Amino acid sequence: MSRILIIGEHDGRQLNQSTARCVACAAAINSASIEIVVLGASSNDVASAAAALAGVTGVLTVRTAAGSPALAAVLAPQIAALAAGYDYVLAPSTTFGKDLLPRVAALLGVPQLSDVMSVLGPRTFQRPIYAGNALVTIEVPDGTKVVATVRGASFKPVGTGPVAPIRAVEVSASLPTHTRFVELRSGKADRPDLQTARLVVSGGRGVGSAENFALLYKFAEQIGAAVGASRAAVDAGFVPNDMQVGQTGKIIAPELYMAFGISGAIQHLTGIKDAGTIVAVNKDGEAPIFEIADIGLVGDLFEIIPEIEKRLR
Amino acid sequence: MQKIIVCLKRVVDYNVRIRVKPDGSGVVTEGLKMSINPFDEIALEEALRLREKGQAQEVVAVSIGPEDVQQQLRTALAMGADRAILVQTSAELEPLAAARILHKIVLSEQPGLVLLGKQAIDDDCNQTGQMLAALWDRPQATFASKLELKGTVATVTREVDAGLEVIEVDLPAVVTSDLRLNEPRYVKLPEIMKAKKKTIDVVAIDSLGVDAAPVLRVTRYDTPPVRSKGGMVKTVDELVTALRDRGLLA
Ligand SMILES: Cc1cc2nc3c(=O)[nH]c(=O)nc-3n(C[C@H](O)[C@H](O)[C@H](O)COP(=O)(O)OP(=O)(O)OC[C@H]3O[C@@H](n4cnc5c(N)ncnc54)[C@H](O)[C@@H]3O)c2cc1C
Ligand SMILES: Nc1ncnc2c1ncn2[C@@H]1O[C@H](COP(=O)(O)O)[C@@H](O)[C@H]1O
Repeated sequence: MSRILIIGEHDGRQLNQSTARCVACAAAINSASIEIVVLGASSNDVASAAAALAGVTGVLTVRTAAGSPALAAVLAPQIAALAAGYDYVLAPSTTFGKDLLPRVAALLGVPQLSDVMSVLGPRTFQRPIYAGNALVTIEVPDGTKVVATVRGASFKPVGTGPVAPIRAVEVSASLPTHTRFVELRSGKADRPDLQTARLVVSGGRGVGSAENFALLYKFAEQIGAAVGASRAAVDAGFVPNDMQVGQTGKIIAPELYMAFGISGAIQHLTGIKDAGTIVAVNKDGEAPIFEIADIGLVGDLFEIIPEIEKRLR
Repeated sequence: MQKIIVCLKRVVDYNVRIRVKPDGSGVVTEGLKMSINPFDEIALEEALRLREKGQAQEVVAVSIGPEDVQQQLRTALAMGADRAILVQTSAELEPLAAARILHKIVLSEQPGLVLLGKQAIDDDCNQTGQMLAALWDRPQATFASKLELKGTVATVTREVDAGLEVIEVDLPAVVTSDLRLNEPRYVKLPEIMKAKKKTIDVVAIDSLGVDAAPVLRVTRYDTPPVRSKGGMVKTVDELVTALRDRGLLA
C-alpha cells in the first residue's frame, strides 16, 4: 500500500486551513497512510493541529532555522530528502505550495501536477487548464512518484479525528544561503479570511476608488463577510493584491459571493466557479457576469448597497 | 550584469475563449490568435527596462516550440530584445522538460538573471521557473511585482496570499513575473522593421541531449460543467428575500 506525505502550510504559529483540504484530497486516494510534515514552525500548536486532522496517521516535525519564514529554496532540499519513503507528495495550491513544490519535483526529477481538483483513481487526477475553460484527466504512470498541488476550492477541509502521533525527524540536506527573507507586508485587516470565509463581498473597477471601497468594507462587516476584488480594482490601487480573486489571484468557494461593479471576465470567473450562490450587481445589464450569476440585479452599486444594508438592519 | 535571458511561450491569446474538441481528444487551437504569454511579455518588459537603466547589457529571448514561434520571437525583438533563440520542436512539453531545455541554454549563455512568466495561460502550470531554479541550483523569486538590482543582489517583492513578501537573492537568479510588475510597451512600426535584421538562432531540440519525453499521460479533455444562468431580480427587496430564502443572510 502506498504512503502519502503532505507538506503542512503554516505561518510559524498556526496551521493554514489549506492543509486540511489537502488531507481531504489525500483521503480520496486509497493509501495506507497520510502523514503531514511541518517544517520550521516556532509553535507546537502547528503540529498538534495537524495531528488532530481526521485521517492523518502521523505528523513529522523538522526543526529548521526556527522562526524564519518558509523559503522554497531552503525547504525544497529537505522535502526532497524526506520524499524518498513516499509515493505521493502533496502541497496546497496556494502561493506557498506553488512556489515550493515544483522545486521539490525538479530535485526529484519527476513532473508535477498543478491544481488537482478531483481524484478519479489512485493515479488518475483531473485539473483545470486555460483558466478553467477545459479540464484534463491525467494519469501518473506506475513507479513515478505523484507530486501534486491541491486546488483548495475543490475539497472541503477535513474535520478533526483521533490524534495522530507526532515525531521529530532530522533531515540531512545542505541548505543554501543565497535566498534571504526581508519582510512580509500584510494587507490583512480584522476581517474574515478571504479563502475560508462563508460569505464574500467583492468589488471591481466600478467601485471607482480606494475611498469608495469603504462602502464594501462596511457592508461586509454588517454581514460578517470577507472582502475580495477584481484585478482591475487591485491594479488601480483601490485595494491590496492579496484581495484579488481569479485565475491569478485567489480561487475561492464561499457559500455566497456578491460581486459589485465587476464585469465578469473569464479570468475573474475562474476564481469563483465553485461558489454556492453568486450575486451580481452591475449597472450594465449586458455585463457577462450576469451569464453565470444565480441572482442578478441591474443597478448602481452606490444606491443598492445602502439599500441592502437598510433592509438587513 | 552582462546578460538577461527571458523565456517566452507562445500561447492562445488571452482574449480567445477555447473549446474542447467534441471527442475529448484535446482543445481546438487551429486558426486561433496566438500571442506571447502575457506574463512573459511582462518579464520581457522588465528585462528591457533593466537594460535601459544600464543594469544589463544584453537581453536574449528564448522560446521552445514549433517554427511558428518565430512570429512571437519577432515581436520580442521588435519590443527591444537584442537577439533570440528558438529551440525547435513540435512536441508538447511538460514544464520539467521545458526547464531542462532552458537549463541547457542557461548553462551555455551564462546570464546574470533569468526572467520567466509565473504561469503559462494555456497549461496554467506555474512550475517552469521554479524547476529551472532547482536544476540550476540557484535562487528563485516567484510572483514578482517589483525587482531591484544592486550589485550582485536582487531585491524582489513577491505577491503572496498573505500580502507582499520581500526577499533578497544572490545573482544569478531566476525571477518569475506577476501581472503588476510593469505594463509592457507597445511595439512601434519602425521597431518591427528594425527587428527583421536581428537574429533568431534556431537550435534543434535533439542537439541538446535532454530527456524531454512526457511522463504524465493525458487521457482526456472535458468541458467544465457550466454554471447555469440564474434569475434576475428587479428590486433590492427581491434580492434580500432570495438570499434569506437560501439561508445565506439573516
Ligand atoms: C493573464 C491574465 C490574468 C488575469 N487574472 C485576473 C484575475 O485573477 N482576477 C481578475 O479579476 N481579473 C484578472 N484578469 C483581468 C480580467 O481580464 C479583467 O480585466 C478584470 O477582471 C476586469 O475587472 P473589473 O470587472 O473590475 O473591471 P471592468 O471589466 O472594467 O468592469 C467594471 C464593471 O463595473 C460596472 N460598473 C461601473 N460603475 C458601476 C456602478 N456604479 N454600479 C454598478 N456597476 C458599475 C461596469 O458596468 C462594468 O461591468 C487577468 C487578465 C489577464 C490577461
Ligand atoms: N515552451 C516554452 N518556451 C519558453 N518559455 C517557456 C515555455 N514553457 C514555459 N515557459 C516559461 O515558463 C513560464 C511558466 O510556464 P508554466 O510552468 O508552463 O506555467 C512561462 O510563463 C514561460 O516564461
